[in-house]
Amino acid sequence: MDLENQKRVKEIAEENGPENVVVILGAAEGEAAGLAAETVTAGDPTYAGPLAGVQLGLGVYHICESEIKDEVDADVYDEQISMMEMVLDVDDIASEMSSIREQFCKYM
Amino acid sequence: MAILNGKKVVIIGDRDGIPGPAIEECVKTAGAEVVFSSTECFV
Repeated sequence: MDLENQKRVKEIAEENGPENVVVILGAAEGEAAGLAAETVTAGDPTYAGPLAGVQLGLGVYHICESEIKDEVDADVYDEQISMMEMVLDVDDIASEMSSIREQFCKYM
Repeated sequence: MAILNGKKVVIIGDRDGIPGPAIEECVKTAGAEVVFSSTECFV
């Protein structure tokens, strides 16, 4: 994850309380989604950014996961997301995301 | 329990996946407050 984005995520979690913050990802692949999810839960796995060693444990989901899709207005989802969803491996992304949540998420 | 309703949402979109503004439109409909939205590029 961009270093600047890591900094913002850290600030937002500190300002609002980590239990009130949810991160939604739009990554194109399971691996990238998993890395970003790990960054905002267990800390930056590359130890390069402001979240290195910082275990925020934030709730984190991909926009295409069924848990999120179910909460969003279906027409808006169709208009904004469904075209790209067709080319994403949603099963792979969802399995990466739930694995990270089970291991590191503190606020479910 | 709702995941998004009443929460502060941070969006990390992806230029090659789903961009930030598209995610933003969606999560707003679920009652979430978008506090930060960005679109990353992994290239």
